[in-house]
Amino acid sequence: MKLALPALTFLAVPLAAAAVEAGEPAPARQRELIHLVRQDCGSCHGMKLTGGLGSPLTAEALRDKPLEGLEATIHGGRPGTAMPPWKTILSESEIQWIVHKLMTGFPTE
Amino acid sequence: MKALLTLLVLFLSGCAQTPAIRGTGDLGIVIERASGRVAIVDTTARSVLARVDGLGDLSHASAVFSRDGRYAYVFGRDGGLTKIDLLLGRIAKRVIQAGNSIGGAISQDGRLVVAQNYTPGGIKVFDAATLELLSEVPTGSKVVGLADLPGQRFAYALFDAGEIWLTDLSNPREPRTQKFPAGRQPYDGLVTPDGRHYMAGLFGEDGIALLDAWRPEAGARKILENYGRGEEKLPVFKMPHLRGWAVAGGRAYLPAIGRHEVLVVDTATWREVGRIAVKGQPVFVMARPDSRQIWVNFAFPNNGWVQVIDTPSNQIVQTLQPGKAILHMEFTPRGEEVWLSARDDNMVGIYDTATFTRKATLAADSPSGIFFTSRAHRTGF
Repeated sequence: MKLALPALTFLAVPLAAAAVEAGEPAPARQRELIHLVRQDCGSCHGMKLTGGLGSPLTAEALRDKPLEGLEATIHGGRPGTAMPPWKTILSESEIQWIVHKLMTGFPTE
Repeated sequence: MKALLTLLVLFLSGCAQTPAIRGTGDLGIVIERASGRVAIVDTTARSVLARVDGLGDLSHASAVFSRDGRYAYVFGRDGGLTKIDLLLGRIAKRVIQAGNSIGGAISQDGRLVVAQNYTPGGIKVFDAATLELLSEVPTGSKVVGLADLPGQRFAYALFDAGEIWLTDLSNPREPRTQKFPAGRQPYDGLVTPDGRHYMAGLFGEDGIALLDAWRPEAGARKILENYGRGEEKLPVFKMPHLRGWAVAGGRAYLPAIGRHEVLVVDTATWREVGRIAVKGQPVFVMARPDSRQIWVNFAFPNNGWVQVIDTPSNQIVQTLQPGKAILHMEFTPRGEEVWLSARDDNMVGIYDTATFTRKATLAADSPSGIFFTSRAHRTGF
C-alpha cells in the first residue's frame, strides 16, 4: 500500500492541473457550487433563478451580457446594489465555471 | 391523497365526511421550499399532520393566517397565492396573482389578504374568503415590508423608489394612498406590536426610516443614522428580514447591515442604546413572546449558528449550532419552545428555550419558513 502512494500522487498532479486549465472544479465541488447558486444566490435571484430582489439569471436573461462583466460582478459585487462580492467564497475558476453554467442553462441539484 | 388520508386517520372519529372537532391554535406550517410543498404541523404533539403539494416556486415564501386560525395564505416566489385548509390538509383555493412575489399581509378584520409584488411592482388586494381580486396599487418599484396596521391600513416600502407608502383599504375597491420619502433602498419593514410605528430598514444607507402611523402627516424620519460610522461594510450574502417583531422591554433589536451586530434602540426616544456583536450578518432578530430572549440567525456563510441574547443584560447567553443553513425560527405561541429550520440538513429542530436542549426533530425537505397560527392575532404578522 505504501508503494502505491507515490504512483497515485504522480497520477493526481497532472489530473488536477488539467482540471484547473479547463476551469472545471472537481465533481464534489461542482455539486457544492450548484447548491450554493440554487440555494444561496437563490435567496435573492430565486431558486429557479427567475429573479427576485436580484435580477434573473436564466440563460435567456443573460444572453446578451458580456462574460467578463458577469464574472466581475460575482467577484467584486455591484456597488450601489444588494449584490455582494463573492471573492472571499469563490475562486476565479469557480466563478468562471458558474458563469459558463449560467449562460448555458444552470444544472439542477 | 396520502397526506389527506393520514390527516383523516388522525382526525376522524368514525365519520368519513367530517373531521373530528379540534382547534387550530397549536397548528402551523413549514415551507418545504425545494418541493413546492408545505407541511402542516402540530406544536403540541411536535408532529407533522399532513403535507400539501402543488404550491409552485417557494424559494421565497411567507404566510399569514385567517383569524379563525383555519386557513393559511401562502405567498410564493412565482406570484402564487394559496389558501390552505389546515384541518382538511388541502388547498382550498389558489391563484397566480403576479409574476414575482415576496409576501403578503392580512387586514385587521381578517377580510382582506394583500400581496406585495416585485413584478409587476405593487400590491394587490384580495377577498380573504374567495381570493377575488378587489383592487391594486401599482408602485413601479419592488415592494418590500408590507405590514398590516389598525384601521384597514397597510404600510409598505419601495426598494427602488426609496419611499414608504401607506394605503387605506377601508373601501377595499378604492385604495387611498399616502407616500413618504424614506431613504435609499428600503429592504424590509415591520410594525410595532401596537400597530403604531412602521420601520423600514435601509440597505443603501446606514439608518432606519420610521413612520408614526398615528401622525402620518409628520412624515417618515430617520433613526440610527450613520450607525456604520463610515466604516466599510462587510458583504451581505443574504438580506435581513424584519418581519419577525423584535421588541422587548421598551427596546427594539434590529439587524445592522454590513456589520455583524444587533442594534438596540429605545422605543421611547428611538435612539440607539447599544449594539451587540454577533457571529455574522443577522437575518432574523426575534423576541421570544415573553421578551426575555432575542434569538438571532445569520446569513451565509455563518448560517449554521444561532445566538441568544438575554434582554436585561444585552449579553449573548447561548450560541448554538442546530444544523446546516438555519433559515428561520418560530416560537410556540407562548415561547417555551422554538422551531428552527435547517435547510441543508432537511430537518426542523425543536428546542426548549429555557434549557436550549433539543426536544424533537422533524424530517422536512429543504425547510425554510415556519409559521404558526398564533400569528393570526398579532398585528404585523
